[in-house]
Amino acid sequence: MLNSSLQQLGSALRARKISSVELTQLFLDRIAALNPALNAYITTNAETSMAQARIADGRISKGEASPLTGIPVAQKDIFCAKGWRTTCGSKMLANFVAPYDAHVIGLFNSAGAVNLGKTNMDEFAMGSSNETSYFGAVKNPWNQKAVPGGSSGGSACAVAARLCAAATGTDTGGSIRQPAALCGISGLKPTYGVVSRYGMIAFASSLDQAGPMARSAEDLALLLNVMAGFDERDSTSLQRDKEDYARDLSKPLNGLRIGLPKEFFAEGLGSDVALAVNAAIAEYKKLGASVVEISLPNSKLSVPVYYVLAPAEASSNLSRFDGVRYGYRAPEYGDLADMYEKSRAQGFGAEVKRRIMIGTYVLSHGYYDAYYLQAQKIRRLIAQDFTDAFKQCDVIMGPTSPSTAFNLGEKGDDPVQMYLSDIYTIAVNLAGLPGMSIPCGFGANQMPVGLQIIGNYFDEARMLNIAHQYQLATDWHSRAPQGL
Amino acid sequence: MDMTWEIVIGLEVHAQLSTSSKIFCGASTAFGAEPNTQADAVSIALPGVLPVLNKGAVERAIKFGLATGAHIAPRSVFARKNYFYPDLPKGYQISQFDLPVVGNGQLVIHVPAQGKNPAYEKTVRITRAHLEEDAGKSLHGDFHGMTGIDLNRAGTPLLEIVSEPDMRSATEAVAYAKALHTLVRWIGICDGNMQEGSFRCDANVSVRHPGAALGTRREIKNLNSFRFLEQAINYEAQWQIGTLENGGTIHQSTVLFDSDKCETRMMRSKEDAHDYRYFPDPDLLPLEISPQWIEQMRATLPELPQAKQARYVSELGLSAYDASILTASREMADFFEAALSIIPLQAKQLANWMQGEVSARLNREDKGITDAPIKPIQLAVLINRIADGTISNSAAKQIFDHLWAPSTAELIIGDSLEEVTKGIHTLIEMKGLNQVSDAGAIEKIVDEIIAANADKVAEYRSGKDKLFGFFVGLAMKASKGKANPAQLNDILKQKLEG
Repeated sequence: MLNSSLQQLGSALRARKISSVELTQLFLDRIAALNPALNAYITTNAETSMAQARIADGRISKGEASPLTGIPVAQKDIFCAKGWRTTCGSKMLANFVAPYDAHVIGLFNSAGAVNLGKTNMDEFAMGSSNETSYFGAVKNPWNQKAVPGGSSGGSACAVAARLCAAATGTDTGGSIRQPAALCGISGLKPTYGVVSRYGMIAFASSLDQAGPMARSAEDLALLLNVMAGFDERDSTSLQRDKEDYARDLSKPLNGLRIGLPKEFFAEGLGSDVALAVNAAIAEYKKLGASVVEISLPNSKLSVPVYYVLAPAEASSNLSRFDGVRYGYRAPEYGDLADMYEKSRAQGFGAEVKRRIMIGTYVLSHGYYDAYYLQAQKIRRLIAQDFTDAFKQCDVIMGPTSPSTAFNLGEKGDDPVQMYLSDIYTIAVNLAGLPGMSIPCGFGANQMPVGLQIIGNYFDEARMLNIAHQYQLATDWHSRAPQGL
Repeated sequence: MDMTWEIVIGLEVHAQLSTSSKIFCGASTAFGAEPNTQADAVSIALPGVLPVLNKGAVERAIKFGLATGAHIAPRSVFARKNYFYPDLPKGYQISQFDLPVVGNGQLVIHVPAQGKNPAYEKTVRITRAHLEEDAGKSLHGDFHGMTGIDLNRAGTPLLEIVSEPDMRSATEAVAYAKALHTLVRWIGICDGNMQEGSFRCDANVSVRHPGAALGTRREIKNLNSFRFLEQAINYEAQWQIGTLENGGTIHQSTVLFDSDKCETRMMRSKEDAHDYRYFPDPDLLPLEISPQWIEQMRATLPELPQAKQARYVSELGLSAYDASILTASREMADFFEAALSIIPLQAKQLANWMQGEVSARLNREDKGITDAPIKPIQLAVLINRIADGTISNSAAKQIFDHLWAPSTAELIIGDSLEEVTKGIHTLIEMKGLNQVSDAGAIEKIVDEIIAANADKVAEYRSGKDKLFGFFVGLAMKASKGKANPAQLNDILKQKLEG
């Protein structure tokens, strides 16, 4: 049951071979046993989850089930869920119980999915290793000395360790794809605007995008069918017709043109990762695809551009955490300014403060043009590179991350080294394109390697098709960490 | 060099737009609710909430742009103005910065006569008008040593209207503020309630010798009455002149007006000014306004005060002064035009009544024209009775008083022209105010007076013309004021000159 696809679980539930209550209990028991070591979840609430499971069973018995009804899904703790503690991985919100549902949560609830719990994450989604969480680092289930990646590390770990059937993540610079790669699972960041950001605690509004994390492309398609769609409460949500993201899964790949950006295979890429990615490309050729070398000349600027724009937006987005209306307030303070300073100094962790300071600096009078405006201009150039590239190919492939999972504490002292672990993913957010990561082998240390697939705008169904065909031909995605 | 002082004033006016919900969420904007009962998730800035622009606020901004002949930006951008304050829930205000929705408009103002200086017109340029959200309120009542925060007002839509420094006196500044106040109510985008803070002024004041470069300005914040605006500018200008004449310098700063002491007080200097770190709000798309949308809005605009004034002068033959008084508010003009539609040939007389009896009663009772107990149709019929000679002007005033505050409760005058005509006729009859136009009756009165005052008649006939008024007075008294004055004059003259 733990290794079943969502399709299989749904069928079993609807055939009454298992109840949602039993399935939910199975995962809750497993969480109770394994979470103390892995730390994938910040909050579980067995009572609420089981109540949802009972309602789901009722729907199923009445024949009103939809594909995800009764399936336990883990939610990244960045999504507000009514009645659930929603921390965003921060001391600032350690006691914040959300009074409303994020749009994504509402959609899962309507679909009858069971909220299994809130997964750990880097504080306010700022990090690539999950080490910035106020609730402690998440362990990589393949090697508990290693990081799971971040910021959606809790979700990636939970999926890989079979602590949920599937999970949600959010991706601002690679936060779905990089942990998916490091934990050996599949993850998809949709085109910016496909999934509503309403109720998703903002890090960098122009880059943030929610997406599914699961064990296969087929599962991702089912999840995205639930998550995607216009929401009038998010002005950047796109008004498009509903689509079935699973519709093209079984199409053959004959004639597919894969673009390989030469910049993604240059210095800095681990040789073991290169080996696995190249093997995957070879597999695609066998499936009928052709390969063309492309260039994304401005992609080398994506990390510096991102570390101007994302902190700029974050510095403003995080201003609401001031200790006045909700969240952490310092126990002792003098005047108003002192309350702000102490509450924020004590409530935020080091990485969050670093980014608030960078963002405040680049927006300051006299620096704005040189940093923020310049970065916006380069952002457009980076997007243009992709537009040009898609004239030569249907899809772009490359590594998701330059290395496999590194060890906990290994990059903690060097933020720039940490930032470089997102070097292949960030440009996709800057351009607003859809990107995904699927498992494609193992590195020298026997840790998973992720293949990144970047599609053109709104090409999610095609990308899922491309990933699914690979997963039919290989079994990397069905490998599970041992000893759990 | 001219060593007199010139005062230079520019105004920033915050007009609260009259939408029923807030600018970026569905919470109500109604005034006076219990604290925080109109603060939804967006108003409180809960984690994860997002702004969605209220179309009604944009429509009102477009109307304002059209009414001031301004440029309406096809694309404008919302920006975040970042600063910390407890009544600013997000830690930033959503406003517009370098790309406002409205730019380069103008407003013609009527500056009233001041002593020996006659009234004049002036055009004030409007630099820009931009949309933004209001903040909440800090409450300093009894909160056990703490400050209370009421977020009902947070997110209320504002149009900030910025003028060029075109005004040269407090009088001009007040005239501009009043014209703007009239205009925003006229086009229905703001209720103009200054007590409730729906219309607030900040005044930028500097002084210079005529012809010199602009002096350093100080900004007086939050003036919520025309009187305070005038007092604050006058105080501030005199303070600046005094400072400069005593060898001091003016430092750019923000000041507050203390209306009790009638003086301005330093709030913060330029050095303490915030760096607001404006940047485009990534949660909102650029605001795009199509030419079609602008035309739709243009079609909803009423005739504007300036156009109406011009029409009153050219078509109705009223004076510019009359025209400006009658267009002081849309309600005033509506009243005038409703009455005029019944007596189209008596515009001047109607205008006189509106400015005379009607305005006097309204002022005395501190009422607005919409609260006037007399209806336009009643006033029109009444004036018509004067014109057709049925009653005299003074008799009409008695009827007017009755209509304003009826003493006979049973007399109900309806709404139709027929009912009103009948009702006023009944009133005239009841009060016996019918003007005597019967030549025989008047002749009889005149004959009696001439007979009883033979000495005065002799004096008159010997050349003392001034006595004519004396005889008119006696005759009027004898007729109980009902004699038709024109007829009486004719008959008296004829008989006296025998």
